[in-house]
Amino acid sequence: MNPETTIKLALALPLATAATTVFLGERQRNLRESFTLFGAVALFLVIAMLAPAVTSGARPAATLLEMIPGLAIAFEVEPLGMLFAMVASGLWIVTTCYSIGYMRAHHENHQTRFFVCFAVAIFAAVGAAMAANMFTLFVFYEVLTLSTYPLVTHHGTEAARKGGRTYLGILLFTSVAFLLLAVVWTWTIAGTLDFRPGGILAGKADNTVLCALLGLYVFGTGKAALMPFHRWLPAAMVAPTPVSALLHAVAVVKVGVFTVMKVAVYIFGIDLLRTTGISVWLMYVAGATILLASLVALTKDNLKARLAYSTISQLSYIVLGAMLANSWGVIGGSMHIAMHAVGKITLFFCAGAIYVTAHKTEISDMRGIGRTMPLTTFAFLLGSLSVIGLPPFGGSWSKWYLALGAAEAYQWPLVAVLMISSLLNIAYLIPIVVRGFFFAPVDGPEKPKIKEAPMLCVVPLCVTAVGGLALFFFAGRIYELLTPIAQLSGN
Amino acid sequence: MEHHLPVLLIITPLVAAPLCVLVRQRLAVFGLSLTVCWATFAMAIMLLVRVLDSGEITYQLGGWSAPWGIEYRIDTLSAFVMLFVSGIGAIVLTFAPHSIAREIREDQHYLFFAEYLLCLTGLLGIAITGDLFNLFVFLEISSLSAYALISLGAREGVQQTRRALIAAFHYLVMGTIGATFILIGIGLLYMMTGTLNMADMAERLRAEVQINRKLMDVNETRTVLVAFAFLSVGISLKMALFPLHMWLPNAYTYAPSVVTAFLAATATKVSVYVLLRLIFTIVGASFAFEKLPLDTELMVLSLIGIVVASTTAIFQTNIKRMLAYSSVAQIGYIALGISFASLDGLTGAIVHLFNHALIKGGLFLAMGCLVLRLGSAELDDLRGIGRRMPWTMFAWVVGGLGLIGVPVTAGFISKWYLISAALERGWWPVALLVLLSSLLALVYVWRVVEAAYFQDSPEQHAEVTEAPAAMLIPTYVLIGATVFFGLWTSLSAGVAQQAAQLLLEVTP
Repeated sequence: MNPETTIKLALALPLATAATTVFLGERQRNLRESFTLFGAVALFLVIAMLAPAVTSGARPAATLLEMIPGLAIAFEVEPLGMLFAMVASGLWIVTTCYSIGYMRAHHENHQTRFFVCFAVAIFAAVGAAMAANMFTLFVFYEVLTLSTYPLVTHHGTEAARKGGRTYLGILLFTSVAFLLLAVVWTWTIAGTLDFRPGGILAGKADNTVLCALLGLYVFGTGKAALMPFHRWLPAAMVAPTPVSALLHAVAVVKVGVFTVMKVAVYIFGIDLLRTTGISVWLMYVAGATILLASLVALTKDNLKARLAYSTISQLSYIVLGAMLANSWGVIGGSMHIAMHAVGKITLFFCAGAIYVTAHKTEISDMRGIGRTMPLTTFAFLLGSLSVIGLPPFGGSWSKWYLALGAAEAYQWPLVAVLMISSLLNIAYLIPIVVRGFFFAPVDGPEKPKIKEAPMLCVVPLCVTAVGGLALFFFAGRIYELLTPIAQLSGN
Repeated sequence: MEHHLPVLLIITPLVAAPLCVLVRQRLAVFGLSLTVCWATFAMAIMLLVRVLDSGEITYQLGGWSAPWGIEYRIDTLSAFVMLFVSGIGAIVLTFAPHSIAREIREDQHYLFFAEYLLCLTGLLGIAITGDLFNLFVFLEISSLSAYALISLGAREGVQQTRRALIAAFHYLVMGTIGATFILIGIGLLYMMTGTLNMADMAERLRAEVQINRKLMDVNETRTVLVAFAFLSVGISLKMALFPLHMWLPNAYTYAPSVVTAFLAATATKVSVYVLLRLIFTIVGASFAFEKLPLDTELMVLSLIGIVVASTTAIFQTNIKRMLAYSSVAQIGYIALGISFASLDGLTGAIVHLFNHALIKGGLFLAMGCLVLRLGSAELDDLRGIGRRMPWTMFAWVVGGLGLIGVPVTAGFISKWYLISAALERGWWPVALLVLLSSLLALVYVWRVVEAAYFQDSPEQHAEVTEAPAAMLIPTYVLIGATVFFGLWTSLSAGVAQQAAQLLLEVTP
């Protein structure tokens, strides 16, 4: 199969999955879900087929159609997108299994709509990952926002309506008012929107304009949840847990930081950012977000809310990596996309499993949960360690490179921020596990019976927990994949 | 035969209209008008193809050559306008039977079809003619039949009752003032040039004339300036440019849904076409934009209009009225595009004529489905309707997304051109304002979405079911088109760009 067909297939697969899901509907749910699972596995394999070529330096490309004369919906797979597409599609498989278990155990309504929107969201994430120009990326970015709205408001309650309003309000506001403006502005300045190694803006405008433009891009990418545009992420937690897990720990938020990374590397170019210093102020915005979000997370008693704020904090690591504008920063930030995804999805899976089995959402009620759900709680521990970034977990590598990047940029305060943040991570994640294992249960007997979530929920969360461990040893592969982008920065 | 296509396009609906009155029998009348509308659409397609192939077509009516006889002159812009006017006309009429059975008195159905065809004739005639007075005549044909069509909404028993008559009368008064202004303007131009043929007039306006022993261009004389003032105000009234839009909200709210869909999608757009002709073909862009500050005026008015009308739309409880205010805002976008007087801006304006026609047409057809089942367009009655009429509401939501201008809908394409035109000039506040105003659209669209999907339906609507397929299919044709033309833009943006190029090259 030639690369162009492979790319088109990768886009067609999730859409075909969505279509079959609609067609099969609620009545044949076993078949419907088998197809979803099949689609997920097939998608991952198809994307994996592109990996060897990309690693060896090829850039598979495909053009779909010209939407506006001169502006095409086009795709080109480069290392960063490759990594992101692999992460998103790989975790889709796990999440699909988990969703089946969760949705059934919880007797959720509108399951067909759920699986359809989910597939469309993955389609958008994969499309964004492979985008060859900023225009395509923007289009898929918006498709992702809209396709996840029905997922966020899945329960149709008053709370869902409010959460959905914040979600859509902030994401559309930032993307339309800032990001679209930035995209069109770039188009008028540079005359192209293609992602090119070294950027397209060098020498096209003075520093003031570039600085404003960068601000528009970074804040316009509301999905990166940089403060003060982070409120949508906690609001999105009204969604069923599988949605929070895949979309609000992996696909949606990662499209955000991925966009920031792409803009830094391929629109501005790392050299331009470093020589002009236009990104320094944004480093500090990201640093502030890292600390503030961690502090807020400490105060949250609702587990999903705490995880959401933790995500906001972790996303800013990646934004920081992009803004540091050196190879370590870019490698660390990009790697963190994968590392954080695996760690955070585990934590969300655990939160969902606890909710389905024990019907608990507040951390203070989860004392002794380790006695009834030992496996889940242990997986939570592994996930936490990965997010904190302790060896031997994947997260340690990305944080290491980020710290190196901050040091290389002589931003010592930011190195300190990274260290303090790791401590804060420990402070808001580990007590949950400690209370779970060592404290007496809130109610019921001292030594209750073990009652884990359904198989389809437990297996996925164990897989991702172990995945976090495995990534520690496979980080070299990711590093190799990413070196070409880092080399662009000339040092 | 092929040679006579331009005149056939106009004659067919014109002749069919009185036939409707003579036949009267409902089914026969419907069959006749439906055939005529689709035939007209087919002819418009053929004309566009020919124009794109071989350039401008002229047709001398009755063999009298211009400038003495009436000349039909079809360039890319007019063929494009005729294409979507006749297309929308055909689709909306296909949708009509169920809807008018509910909203229009049975003994007036034949009148509806006759007036509809007349209105279509008028709108197409405006676009096709190369003669200024002939244009006025067609403008009156379309306007008079539009007043009558709106007044048909006065059916006893349906909520709106007699208010349609007042709305129609209000429109009649305002429309007539506009028409009178236009007529005065045409008269003055005729006085100065002695011709009514647009191309001829354009030439003669640039000729020299001796006034009070001073040699000056004709278009520098005070008479021409006054004529231009009358014309531009009159046309602005017809196209409902803020603040001359007062007739529009009531007319759209109280007219039968089908009529609203047709007029909202076509009538104001054709008036914009007249404005484009006046500026670019007759007086010339340099006259309108350099000698006179029409561009500044259009920009200021359209920006205020966009913000004010979108904000007003947010506070409406009647959804048809809400969409009407949104139309005023959308006219603002189009006028804004014209005011840039650049290729991108003009392309944006022309493509938005087309895109907005599809979006608003589709939305009002969906409203027609809702009114058919609910007997009301009030937001309160729409509560919970997303579960009872899922197909209709889904179409509505897609249309609403088009209004907001999210990618993959036609609305996005128009916004893209407008914003890049603004940034090309370095007017980033204008670009920002356009973007922020689409967020106002988000607010008013989402009020409906939340009511329809997150609230429980009131008890009297517990039995409501989905609209019939005969209405859903035309609705989905238009809504589908908004998505289609959001992805594939060779026809919409491509042709619009060509039309804009032609308009701009005409000017010296």
